[in-house]
Amino acid sequence: MSAHGHTVHVPEAPTGFIRKYVFSTDHKVIGIQYFFLALTSVVVGMLLSVLMRFHLLWPGAKVPFLQGGVMTQAQYLSLVTMHGTMMVFFVLTTAPQAGFGNYFLPIQIGAPDMAFPHLNMLSFWVTFLAFLSLIAAFFVPDGAPISGWTAYTPLSGIGQASGPGEGWGQTMWIVSISLFCLASLLGALNFIATLIDMRAPGMSLMRMPLTCWGWFVTAVLTLLAFGVLLAGGILLFLDRTAGTSFFLPAGLVFTDQLQPHSGGSPLLWQHLFWFFGHPEVYIAILPGMGVASHVLSTFCRKPIFGYKAMVIAMNAIGFLGFVVWGHHMFVSGMSPYSAFAFSVMTMAIGVPSAIKTFNWLGTLWGSKIHFDVPMLFALGFVSLFVSGGLSGLFLAQPAVDNLLHATYYVVAHFHLVMGVASIFGMFAATYFWFPKMFGRMMNPTLGKIHFWFTFVGAYCIFMPMHFLGLSGGIRRYADYTAISYLQPLRPLTMFMTYAAFVTVTAQLIFLFNLFWSLKKGEVAGKNPWNATTLEWITTSPPPHDNFGGQFPSVYRGPYEFNVPGAREDFIPQNLEPSQVAMGAQS
Amino acid sequence: MTTDQHRSSAAFLFPLLQFLMVAATVYVFFSNKFAPPAAITAAGAAIDHQYDMTLAVTAVAFVLSQLGLAYVVLKYRDHGQKVEFSRGNNTLELLWTTLTAVLFLGLAVLGHSAWASARMFEPSLDAVRVEVTENQFVFNFRYPGPDGKFGRLDPKKIDASLGNPIGLDSTDPAGTDDIVVPTLTVPVNQEVELLMRSQDVIHSFFVRELRLQQDAVPGLIVPVRFKAEKIGHYEVVCTQLCGLGHSQMHTYLDVVSQENFAAFLKNGGQ
Repeated sequence: MSAHGHTVHVPEAPTGFIRKYVFSTDHKVIGIQYFFLALTSVVVGMLLSVLMRFHLLWPGAKVPFLQGGVMTQAQYLSLVTMHGTMMVFFVLTTAPQAGFGNYFLPIQIGAPDMAFPHLNMLSFWVTFLAFLSLIAAFFVPDGAPISGWTAYTPLSGIGQASGPGEGWGQTMWIVSISLFCLASLLGALNFIATLIDMRAPGMSLMRMPLTCWGWFVTAVLTLLAFGVLLAGGILLFLDRTAGTSFFLPAGLVFTDQLQPHSGGSPLLWQHLFWFFGHPEVYIAILPGMGVASHVLSTFCRKPIFGYKAMVIAMNAIGFLGFVVWGHHMFVSGMSPYSAFAFSVMTMAIGVPSAIKTFNWLGTLWGSKIHFDVPMLFALGFVSLFVSGGLSGLFLAQPAVDNLLHATYYVVAHFHLVMGVASIFGMFAATYFWFPKMFGRMMNPTLGKIHFWFTFVGAYCIFMPMHFLGLSGGIRRYADYTAISYLQPLRPLTMFMTYAAFVTVTAQLIFLFNLFWSLKKGEVAGKNPWNATTLEWITTSPPPHDNFGGQFPSVYRGPYEFNVPGAREDFIPQNLEPSQVAMGAQS
Repeated sequence: MTTDQHRSSAAFLFPLLQFLMVAATVYVFFSNKFAPPAAITAAGAAIDHQYDMTLAVTAVAFVLSQLGLAYVVLKYRDHGQKVEFSRGNNTLELLWTTLTAVLFLGLAVLGHSAWASARMFEPSLDAVRVEVTENQFVFNFRYPGPDGKFGRLDPKKIDASLGNPIGLDSTDPAGTDDIVVPTLTVPVNQEVELLMRSQDVIHSFFVRELRLQQDAVPGLIVPVRFKAEKIGHYEVVCTQLCGLGHSQMHTYLDVVSQENFAAFLKNGGQ
């Protein structure tokens, strides 16, 4: 395809097993390592959520492999903490960005690897250490922490006195998160440097696939947000182990014992945490937006509607993402006057989100839809993103937040918009790029069954959850028996729980399909979807240097489908203008 | 690219599911099957009004975009048609950007008055002041007694087993008439100012009927005010994850007549 390639210096491919598959500097191997780390984490996180839902319905039931036979309230709260931490950090931050981004960003911009391959390897292995530290929290004396993934201090800052799991478990949690921050900072540097410096000739910023824009904005957010969480994590660690009082005020009394701290502020932790925590939501979803746009355009056989508006919207979301963190703190004791500013900013972020939605609909308008599995998940992404996003309009207003804060309404909102929508983005990415990564197609029939169960299941779990919250159902309660007005809500909980069991079971279809297709899937050619971007001009899987020495030049934008006058319904980015076949479509 | 290859039942199933999802969601949201009990304050009513307005705006956006998605999926399934080539339309971009900006920012600006009526006003002179102290996993409410003054607190004197859960300093005469009780009693139609404190971790105070939720943060005294307009017995719960007993941490709010409240104070909180 690429008649006029250019040469790029590429280091030799490693030959030994260890250097090739374990301590590899190849971005493709590292991307796959991240992918499988996230897959392991999502399986663990999902099992934790099944146990939580089981406990909510049958608190006294015997659980075979638990110590003591019956789940305690402390164990429930540690599941809440570990589920959230596992999912937010090791799934939603890991797979879309570090996994798929690592694998495809260099190829899509026509580069042989990341800018700093050794740094890339270091990022992965530090993330892996972070993962081990988190898992270790289950096995230390007293078990995993109970303070939630937000780890509000003083609950998380004082040590064992504040509750079970707040000793070693909480310390391991902080070590894990701090390591994760470090790895993410290194990864973000690498993404930014690669994207700025290593684009192929002709690959201007405005010719990049929207996936690359998603990864780029995400990398900038990561660089600015994770540094703050790292600082917060270190201060919290010092409060717990070195007797400092960054987040601990004077006069704290636990079981009638006055604690020796003074001078700190619990709200400071919340500010630092949410200064990271809100951009984190966009870190999880922006790559998914990129993938959804990319897949929609490809399977609509039509250019993305409003490419420039999409790029501006992603950047606007990234920028506004940094000035809205206070909406998590409307009822925290922060000045009520600041709530207005945070509220307006938060509502403003709905505008670029709406722009993206309209542009997705605009892409579908007048198209010719191919309902392959990646497309189904991209359509699901749009649906879930709209549903989850709109409930954010309630929570963005401090007045309404008075009623909905800390209820299941919030849990429903963020699960739909940053959880399930992001995961649909990842599923779309998996079905779309699997042939490129492993040289074989995933089974489309199993893929479709997986989609329908997951799409219906996700709505059956999380839509009723809004109603639970609206009636006053409070999140992070291990037990619903003490509060009398929570009793009538049991049927709702039961419906959601059964829906969750079915949905989780359906994920076995995906896992089976994934591993079966690795060995037995239909062999994929270079470009099974007739797509336009650079990853599809090379072999599946690509060689060590991605392009076999023939590095492409780029002549056009990323979504040239059904261009009037062209014979084919797609024109690859690297095809020289003189080689584009003209004439009636076959 | 043969057309047959892409003929798919998904073109019908996806729109159908979208339609069912929208119908069920809208039905339940508007049926009031799951709704908080009626508000008992004017500020609460203002919050409900803001909620209703937000629900109206989001419902329109939700129905139009989800059914719009269903429609385009159905209409533009591959049935051999030609793709209508387009890279976008700046007029449309400008239109929907302006429209959503006006709607969303308008909601935020309008919502501000409900928030202000709940949180931003000067306390009235006759407000009943109650200090709320939370610790793992109980509420304590302190009334200043006939002298109208809260006595000094000393965290070193906290001893729940000796009947001093909030650490009243017995050497301060202002504290001798303070009333400390585990449930909250307030008079109807009179402003109440709660001074929220915590001894250990962050807790919260949430009464659905008041539409009022406020965290209690150690090291801070956070004032919140309300005026309950309906006599009744209401549940108070903790909504901020505070440790092992979080889901058990609750108490009651009794809104009583002015006479009964006077009697309550006179009898030292009985």
